[in-house]
Amino acid sequence: MDVRKTYKLFVNGEFVRSESGRAYRPDGGGVNVPRGSRKDLRDAVRAARNAFPGWAGRTAMNRGQILYRAAEMLDGRAAQFVELLGGGARGRRELDQSVETLVWYAGWTDKLPQVTGTVNPVAGPYFNFTIPEPTGVVGLIAPEEAPLLGLVRRVAPALCGGNVIVALAPESSPLAALTLAEVFATSDVPAGVVNIISGQRKELLPWLASHMDVNAIDVAGCTGDEVKAIEESAAGNVKRVIKFKQQEQSPYLIVAFMEMKTIWHPIGV
Amino acid sequence: MAITKKQSAELAKQVFEYAPAPEAVDHVKIQPRYGLFIGGRMVDAHSKKRFPTINPATEKTLSEVTDADEVDVDRAVKAASKAFDSWARLPASRRARYLYRISRLLQERSRELAVVETMDGGKPIKESRDVDIPLSAAHFFYYAGWADKLEWAFPNRKPKPLGVAGQVIPWNFPLLMLAWKIAPALAAGNTVVLKPAETTPLSAMVFAEICMQAELPPGVVNIVTGAGKTGSLVVTHPEVKKVAFTGSTEVGKLIQRAIAGTGKRLTLELGGKAANIVFEDAPLDQAVEGIVNGIYFNQGHVCCAGSRLLVQESIAEPLLEKLKRRLSTLRLGDPLDKNTDIGAINSRAQLEKIQGLVESGVEEGAELYQPECVLPERGFWFPPSLFTNVSQSYRIAREEIFGPVLSVLTFRTPAEAVEKANNTPYGLSAGVWTDKGSRILWMAERMRAGVVWANTFNRFDPTSPFGGYKESGFGREGGVHGLLPYVELN
Repeated sequence: MDVRKTYKLFVNGEFVRSESGRAYRPDGGGVNVPRGSRKDLRDAVRAARNAFPGWAGRTAMNRGQILYRAAEMLDGRAAQFVELLGGGARGRRELDQSVETLVWYAGWTDKLPQVTGTVNPVAGPYFNFTIPEPTGVVGLIAPEEAPLLGLVRRVAPALCGGNVIVALAPESSPLAALTLAEVFATSDVPAGVVNIISGQRKELLPWLASHMDVNAIDVAGCTGDEVKAIEESAAGNVKRVIKFKQQEQSPYLIVAFMEMKTIWHPIGV
Repeated sequence: MAITKKQSAELAKQVFEYAPAPEAVDHVKIQPRYGLFIGGRMVDAHSKKRFPTINPATEKTLSEVTDADEVDVDRAVKAASKAFDSWARLPASRRARYLYRISRLLQERSRELAVVETMDGGKPIKESRDVDIPLSAAHFFYYAGWADKLEWAFPNRKPKPLGVAGQVIPWNFPLLMLAWKIAPALAAGNTVVLKPAETTPLSAMVFAEICMQAELPPGVVNIVTGAGKTGSLVVTHPEVKKVAFTGSTEVGKLIQRAIAGTGKRLTLELGGKAANIVFEDAPLDQAVEGIVNGIYFNQGHVCCAGSRLLVQESIAEPLLEKLKRRLSTLRLGDPLDKNTDIGAINSRAQLEKIQGLVESGVEEGAELYQPECVLPERGFWFPPSLFTNVSQSYRIAREEIFGPVLSVLTFRTPAEAVEKANNTPYGLSAGVWTDKGSRILWMAERMRAGVVWANTFNRFDPTSPFGGYKESGFGREGGVHGLLPYVELN
């Protein structure tokens, strides 16, 4: 007789049940998954906000090593994930691409400021430079298709630049996303840096999009109607709404999660 | 010829008055009325409604401009749409040449433009002459050079223009904001419909002439005048693919909501409530100049103004003493006078807003200081003001006043300074004054703001990206980063 796993939300580095006590069965399967609530989301945003200065303050090399560690942990659980992804060559491919995506972004942490920062030759006796800084708390909505890769494709670039994350797991197939939380939990990712909530999108999306302490929201996994509603709510605190195609993998995507800060100082004796 | 001690003592007793030094205005020809700039020429509008634009220093009407309606905006957008294909397909080096031409024409007509800007907006001529106009020309010159180098700006991509950009700009730096909007848009191959602010449309009308002089292809730049309604028509027009707005956070949020779900690209440059932080080891005299420039430049009509002064407690007294003394030497009056430091408030509505907020400051318990200052009888004026005894919860410490009003707070430790500086929904700019290099970088790292001025304030340059964190908006203007909002990278 097997020991079955209870799937839980991942908030502030801990595996917790929904405060609402609710659960649902995705795809009518036999597994209970927590149905997160507005309060779970609020707890996740709060945990992320608290974790932000520490994560943003890590050295770029350290963030790179932690992302690489996450790739190692994911690869180490390959068999489990392939099974969660439906097995076969397709599941294997999705797992491999997810590992590859983490490795790719792990290598960007300490190059991004060099590629996207600038020294600006202003017309005057000033030294002036521009550097990318993380935006802060980022909301991610995993697409329903590619339940692992879709999420990894956004978590990796957002973490790369030093952001912290509140992610919604795919509603219809959340198991890979919830298991990915176990990967981050064992990869030296500090508590609160990644938070993953499962539940019903139509219930959770409006709260995430309108939360005043979420700085940016990525809508690659959303339908047109959802994007419209999110953009309307995002205006409440001038959230950045990030709209790249799902497969995007580039420093341009990392930069979408960043702010550019420009610093001036006079030159003189 | 040495003077005797006695003569010197007598001289010291004398009060020296500045002789008036007004800039001549006879070389400037402002038309009594303006149509709209659509499809390469000034056209009569469909709308029969007009409104006066006045000189805020005299309240005299300078001209009447059109209040463009839906039909007018549609015509302008159609003209821009029509021009887009050929403009985008033009060899990039040709686009560059047009932008260079515009830049040169701005330089050639800079004296005229400075006077128009000062008459229409109320800002001191020394600022329009030395800051607004030269920076506008420089901005076009800078982006002209990018037009044929876009692929070096975006490695691994083939950047493409987006289409018609709908741009709405504020009244505090009318021509400069026009340049910030139009130059990168055109360089990247987009065409433009721009709406200048209701109270300051005239330099944009001169710019329309410059476009014609430069023989810019018809429809590449279109300018429609009007109030908020016209602006809303521009940004919501279905053929507008890209919206760029500079103005208040309140209106920025309305725009973000209004275009939700349309797929239009958006950049917002909104309000601010910047902290200007002075540490005890800062050179105080320089800091005083920086504080003055930070909040009294352009009557404080600056989104990145250093409107919250955070002083380390140990030097609060001597610094305030110096600052108050400096305030008493600021010259308020005729904006056209070359010696004027503080010009007219841009409009009656803005004056009332400033007055209201200052009253709230007094009511909430802050202590108001204003130097002795005679305000002209006509026009809109507000003396340079500073508040002490300010609590972080007061409206004057939280809300953007957009006037020459400084709120002074104190702090003890660097951590407290950071905490107070970031205690605002805004995040446009910040200032820090200290002699210690490592502390500058420590502070710069922690302040959530798009521009940090260290031992200086309110500096601008076309190569230097500008834009906010948090509710101060998103997107950058200036530098290579300023191209990003105007290109498609896929």
